[in-house]
Amino acid sequence: MWNSFSTAGPSGVTAELTTYTGGGGDTIHAYIARPVTAGPHPGLVVIHHLPGWDEFYQEFSERLAKHGYLVVAPDLYCRAGHGTPDDVAAKVRTEGGVHDDSAVADCEAARAWLLSDPGCNGKVGVIGSCSGGRHALLVASRVPGFDAVADLWGGSVISDGQENPARPVAPIEYTAQLDAPLLGIFGNDDKHPTPEQVDLHEAELQKHGKTYDFHRYDGAGHGFIYYHTGLYRPEQAMDAWSKVLSFFGKHLSS
Amino acid sequence: MCTYICNTTSVTGAGKGADGWFRVTEATVAFDHPTFASADHALLIDFTRTEDGLSSRVALELDIESGRALLQTLGETIRAAELSGVV
Repeated sequence: MWNSFSTAGPSGVTAELTTYTGGGGDTIHAYIARPVTAGPHPGLVVIHHLPGWDEFYQEFSERLAKHGYLVVAPDLYCRAGHGTPDDVAAKVRTEGGVHDDSAVADCEAARAWLLSDPGCNGKVGVIGSCSGGRHALLVASRVPGFDAVADLWGGSVISDGQENPARPVAPIEYTAQLDAPLLGIFGNDDKHPTPEQVDLHEAELQKHGKTYDFHRYDGAGHGFIYYHTGLYRPEQAMDAWSKVLSFFGKHLSS
Repeated sequence: MCTYICNTTSVTGAGKGADGWFRVTEATVAFDHPTFASADHALLIDFTRTEDGLSSRVALELDIESGRALLQTLGETIRAAELSGVV
């Protein structure tokens, strides 16, 4: 739980921008955050949102590391070039967004990187928000072996006419293949996914007998944990964080 | 929602970015998640010169109503320019 560390310590993280071998053998950037506490630690692949591989996601990764996770957050936009996160995101936006296959391959490689690290306990989860939430679900469905997945308000999980060459298949189509427990966090004021779309996803998970835990928040919309925006809803956000930490604590502990 | 709604057109002109004035060659109009505007979605308007690197960009994030007002004002101004005989 947040704010429940012992004041006796140790507490803290080391974090840095580095590179690893991503999908297709490409060298891409990642933000790595490690707990200072004694390991081994569960691993987490953290997938950034559409606005980019940005400072919010560095802090997001650091928070998870402070709670005992070895985190790798790949820069899915790395191949577009480098600059400020919003400049890079603008280029990717103009290009139609990152291809699903590219995102999946980079995250699969990130999982392998975690498993090869002596500081990892052998269990790896994946989490993301917005487009990253959709990617997290997609990755956990297409790549066998993830131990838990958290989708924070990922849009276009169900088929909604948004399919295109970069995103050819809605993640819900892979539900039968999902072999990891799923945590879903949603705001009831969100327009995409709407509560009705979340209902459809939940029905598909039930149909296939999947393990899932959905939490839906009143008075919250899209991106309600983004404390750097007007979308932030502190009470709902902190409750959602408690759900995330509890979920990964349950499924990724040694 | 990540809408991925995005349209691009060639333009001729100049814009003032973080490093001063530069020639712009492309305008992109998207409707998706903004970086700075306090909204879950906004009109994202970028004027760029991509061959100069990612930072050669003038960026705007507007709500839909502002976009409509801008479109109307742009149209009125273009019509006035055409009537002026200068164009």
